Order: sequence, then structure tokens, then C-alpha cells
Amino acid sequence: MTVLIDNPPPISPPPQQAPRHHYLNSGYSFRSWFLTTDHKRIAILYLLSITFFFSIGGLAATIVRLDLMTPQADLVQTETYNKLFTAHGVIMVFFFLVPSIPSVLGNFLVPLMVGARDLAFPKLNLLSWYIYVLGGLFTLYALLAGGVDTGWTFYAPYSSTYSNTYVMATAIGIFITGFSSILTGLNFIVTIHKMRAPGLTWFRLPLFIWSTYATSLIMVLGTPVLAISLFLVAMERFLGIGIFDPRLGGDPILFQHLFWFYSHPAVYIMILPSMGVVSEIIPCFSRKRPFGYAAIGLSSFGIAVFSFLVWGHHMFVSGQSVYAGLVFSLLSYLVAVPSAIKVFNWTASLHKGSISFETPMLYALGFVGLFTLGGLTGLFVAALAVDVHVHDTYFVVAHFHYIMVGGAVMGYLGGIHFWWSKMTGRLYPEGWARFSAILIFVGFNLTFFPQYILGYLGMPRRYHVYPAEFQVLNVMSSAGASILAVGYFFPFTYLLWSLRFGKIASANPWRAAGLEWQTTSPPPTENFEVTPIVVDEAYDYRRIDGPPADGGAP
Amino acid sequence: MNADVDVKPVPQAPLSLAHQFDDLVQQREADDLGMWLFLCTEIMFFGGLFLAYTIYRSRDEAAFAAASHELDLFWGTVNTAVLLTSSLTIALAHHAAESSRRSQLVALLAATLVLGSVFLGIKGLEYHHKYVHGLMPLLGLPFEWQGPSRGHAELFFDLYFLMTGIHALHMLIGLGILLVLLIQASRGRLLGDFSAPVRVTGLYWHFVDIVWVFLFPLLYLIGAR
Repeated sequence: MTVLIDNPPPISPPPQQAPRHHYLNSGYSFRSWFLTTDHKRIAILYLLSITFFFSIGGLAATIVRLDLMTPQADLVQTETYNKLFTAHGVIMVFFFLVPSIPSVLGNFLVPLMVGARDLAFPKLNLLSWYIYVLGGLFTLYALLAGGVDTGWTFYAPYSSTYSNTYVMATAIGIFITGFSSILTGLNFIVTIHKMRAPGLTWFRLPLFIWSTYATSLIMVLGTPVLAISLFLVAMERFLGIGIFDPRLGGDPILFQHLFWFYSHPAVYIMILPSMGVVSEIIPCFSRKRPFGYAAIGLSSFGIAVFSFLVWGHHMFVSGQSVYAGLVFSLLSYLVAVPSAIKVFNWTASLHKGSISFETPMLYALGFVGLFTLGGLTGLFVAALAVDVHVHDTYFVVAHFHYIMVGGAVMGYLGGIHFWWSKMTGRLYPEGWARFSAILIFVGFNLTFFPQYILGYLGMPRRYHVYPAEFQVLNVMSSAGASILAVGYFFPFTYLLWSLRFGKIASANPWRAAGLEWQTTSPPPTENFEVTPIVVDEAYDYRRIDGPPADGGAP
Repeated sequence: MNADVDVKPVPQAPLSLAHQFDDLVQQREADDLGMWLFLCTEIMFFGGLFLAYTIYRSRDEAAFAAASHELDLFWGTVNTAVLLTSSLTIALAHHAAESSRRSQLVALLAATLVLGSVFLGIKGLEYHHKYVHGLMPLLGLPFEWQGPSRGHAELFFDLYFLMTGIHALHMLIGLGILLVLLIQASRGRLLGDFSAPVRVTGLYWHFVDIVWVFLFPLLYLIGAR
């Protein structure tokens, strides 16, 4: 039986106690967590495991930054340094960034946002967590057994003919984890297509769902290509075949083509979900329907499509033909179009909104600024001639950290704060949260802005011995990294603290639009008491807030 | 889905309906879409191999043609016929499951299982033949190639073993699933509304067949014989 659910009243009184039954207290046994098929519990499992991997990846980065404080090799050996930056890259890319928002927030929110009881394939969802953990264990084994020194890109022949480290254990770990990504993406696509609540048409969907759908498409179509390229490297090692071996007429460049065919779109696996989060936060804290809803939604698909056509821009100096380089350069510029559409629409959404600066909004605004900087420098490296100068320098490192950390991580943290009350039923301490959001923003810029300059001056990436004149900028970057580390430590602490001491949250503390706010916090296991029927457009904030008090134009 | 359908109270959900779905139609569509998407990922997976094949063949067509002539066209053709027949039997099995004909379902699943095993048996014979003739450049085995362009001929055989090997691996997985289905079917399950596993396994099996339909001409039929 279903009942029409109306939007919540503008100001709901703060509840004195949490709802009696919800997904967190529906069972406390080991079995009820580790054999659960509830998408919300699986999201929590992912949250814990990716936080674990984030800490390890962060630790590796800390040692790298410490070592770079001095121009000589003071702290670690050269080989250890190679293993550290590889560990940092592999763990952060494959075990944190790729699964971060889709597997945690996506798992938690997609069924809630479309008004379903669960994902289409709940058991498959649990399986993908186990696959992720299995892949992670392989990679941890490789790290503990001796590390990998190829960089996260595993270029042949470093990874095949001349490999002397635990490349295969790592590659197998990534191969396995890839299936987790594929199954998650598949689950989301089927859920979004087939499980939407009555009345929830495509153009009434939240923008987070649009970007999750686009992300899932890339996961489903890109990840198998990574799987086959790592598989071929493994076969080259185990069976002695020579697909990438020049002695037989094989071609190492083919590996780069196959690898970047996945790994460039993978960049958008990391950034698109953050864009979705920002598209939820900005309307809520400017109390307006986003400007250009359809443009923001459709540009996600634009990005997904273009993402598959630009891989060659990683290979401008790898011996690819000049004409191919020209085409890839042009296509890379085209990615800027849907990205810019999003940035302009977010900015226009703020126009004449009644903006407030709660923590999620601080992260969202930080995202817009840092993503713009990272995106614009992306145009530098997409230009053939400039790329020859800055290729493999710290300029590139700074560029992708602005996208990955300034973009993806800021979006992730913003999302965690935005939906924390829904996930846990508790409010986080706002003052501390605002303080650490600002700290992270400052620390981030101090860490990575000097790297643009370093790279432009010619400091190559992946070196740990460098000319003395680069030391000032490197020390600045390391100092920023320490601030960033403190900034990450705060949310870790106060979010844990809030689980016990935080104020109990109402169903909709932000007075936000969206189906996920119409159920209790935390939601019951079956998500909704009754299947919701959607009659409104998305983000109907005018209706939620009522007519403006001064009678002026809304 | 429209609202007035949903408002009708459902007296008792059918047993074959999983809790997250509203009705059997939704469940069926979700199952099918899920399998089709999985097959898309498989196409991308094999795509990497087909790309490698295309690039290396275009670099030395003569070497690939010469190496291809070493493959056994007779057994390759027989295998193609065997596999296509198995596609027919599993399509009929799906039909039998949906119309709840238990003994027919068991027989057709068994036939598919046998045909798939015959395919793998013949493939094994071909592999053995290549091994005996020194045309298996894997694991450091000697590669006794008399013709020109030794390197590219070796790449051809590398690709032959990789592509047919991964295809055979997919067949093995399919045979494992078929075995489970056969046991379930012999216990009277998988009939009527419960036939979804037969349907999606059928899709997978057809996909594996279609991969072979591309592999056969690319590996066996290139260059005039």
C-alpha cells in the first residue's frame, strides 16, 4: 500500500530521541554485518575499509613529503622512495578514490534517492565488497613483502621484462578490485533504470543520480580494458608470451594505449561523483533550484563520452604519431566544455540565492574553485607544445592533485558531512567541522600550488634528489602537507566523537529536497515505511521554504 | 510504472519475487539488463585482445596468414558446428523452463553440457597437436617455426593461445554454471516463474558462442589456403 508523501514542514522540531528501529540497530551480530545485503550496511563497510586504505596511502605520502624537505636523499633510499610513491599512487587511486563516493555515498544514497528498498542485486553488492577486500589484501601483501617500484601506471617493460619487485601481486590485486568496481557500476545502472519510485521520471532525478549513472557507465565500460591490460602483463610474466615485448615485434606502447584507455576515464570515475555531491549541496545551501538542471545532468554524460576519446594525451612524448597527438589534443580540449558548463551553472545557481556557509557548503565552494584551477591547468597539459615542456614534471603532479584531492576528496568530505546525519542519526559539531574545512583548504593550496611553480621551473616528478634552488618551494609544499594531515585528522576524530556525543538529528536537518530526507535518520532497513510517490520537480526549494518573507522576487 | 497500478494492494507476493522488487516484470527486466551490461563488460575485455590482434596482424599480414595455415581447419569447423548447436539446445532449454517442462529441461541442459565439453575436448586435442609440433611458444617451450618473420609468427601463436584460452576459460565457467542448473533442474526447480537463471545463463552462453564466431575466421580463415 502506498501513500502520497508530502514535503516535510519547513521547520521540524528537533527530535528528542532516535527512531526506535533503524538499519543500525536491526542486528548486532557478526553475521548481521558481514553477511548483510542491506545497501546501507554495505556502505558502512566500505566507509571503514576505504578510510583504512586512505590512511595507508596518506602515510606513504607523508614519508615522501618528509624526504623531499631536503635536496639530498636523507630519509630513505632511492628504491624505497620509488616504492613509497608507487604505494601512495596505487592505494589512493584504486583503493580510495575510485571506490570512495560511489561505494560509500552511492551505495547508501542511490536506493534512497530513487525511492527503492535496496539496489537491484543486493547479494552482488555484498560480493563486490568482498572482492574489494580481497584485492586490497593482495596489494597489502605486495607492499609488506617488498613493494612495487613501477609507479601506479605499471608501464611495460618496467612491469614485464625488467620488473624486479612485487608487480604481479599488486596487479592481481587491482585486477580483482576492478570486478568490484564493475559490479557496483552494473548494480547502479540497473537500479537507476528499473527501480525508480512511481512518478520519479528521469528529469526529476537528483543530479547526484545523473552523475552516478555516468560514473557507472565508465566503470562498466572502462574497467574491463584495465583488466585485460593487466592480464596481458601477467601472461607476459607467467607464460613468457611477448605481446609487449619488442624482441618479437610486440610493442610496449600498446600497453600505454590500453592502460590509459581505462585510466583516463578513471579520472572521471573519481571526479564525476564529486560533481554530483556538489550539485546536491549548492542548491540546498543557496535555497534554490540549480540553474540549468538539465545542462548539469547531461554534461555528466558529455564528460563520460569524451573521457573515452582522450587517452592519447598521456602519450604526447611516448612515440605516438604527431597527427594522433593533434587529434587527442583537440579532443582533450573538448572535455573542458561540459566541465565548464557545470562550473558556470553552479556559479549561476548561487546568484540571488540565500546562501549560508555550513560545512558541506564550504567544501562544495572549495571544490568549485580548486576544480576550476585544476581544470584550467589541464588545458595547459592538453596543449601539445606546452606538454612537451611540462610533461612528467611537478606541474602535472599539481594538476591532477588539484582534481583528485582538491576536487574528489573535497567532494567526498562535503558529501560525508552533508549526509552524516542521515547515515548515523547524529549531527557533527559544526564549529569544528567548519574550522577543519578551512584548514584543509589552506593546507591543500600550500601543498600543491608550489608544485605548479616547481614543475614549470623543471623539477621532474618521481625524483627525490633535486637541485638546491628548488628547496624553498619543496619545504613550502611539505609544510602545507603537514597542515593538510592535521586537517584530515580533525574530521576523523570529531565524526567518531559525534557517534556517541553528537546531537540527535531530525529526519531532515538541512531542510533539503530529495527522497532520502523524507525517511527517518537513520533510515529503517526497508528505507521507507511506504513506497513514496514523487509529484514534484527535483530541488523544489521555493515550495519547501514557502514564499519569501519580504515579498520580493524569489 | 504508473501510480494507479501501484496503489492496488498486493495480497501475497509470489515466492519467486525478491524483496527489493515490486513485481515479477520489474524483476525480470532488472535481471536481463544486468546480464546485458555484464556482457558489455565482456565485450570490452575481449576488445583489448582483438585490438592487439588487429595491430600486430596489420604490421605483418603475411606472417599471420602463414601462421594461421598451421591451424587445423577441419577440427576448427567441427568445433564451430558443435558450439552453434549448443546455442540451439540452451535456447530450447530456456523455452522448456518457461513452459515448465521438467524432463525436457533436464535433457536439453545435459545436451548443452555435453556439447560444451566436446568443444573443449577438441580444443584440447588441437592444443596437444600444437605442442607436439613445437608451435606452442609458452612457458619457454621451443618454437620450431621454419617460415619467415619468426617474431610475428610467434605473436600469432601467443594471441591464438591467449584468445582461445580465455574463450575456453569462459566456456569452463559456463559449464560449471550449467552443471549447477542441471542439478537444480533435476530436483524440479527452475520452472515457470523461477526460470530466470536459465534465461540469463542462456544469454551468457550465446555470448561465448558469438565470441567464437569472431575468433574462428580471425584465427583459422585468414589468407587464401
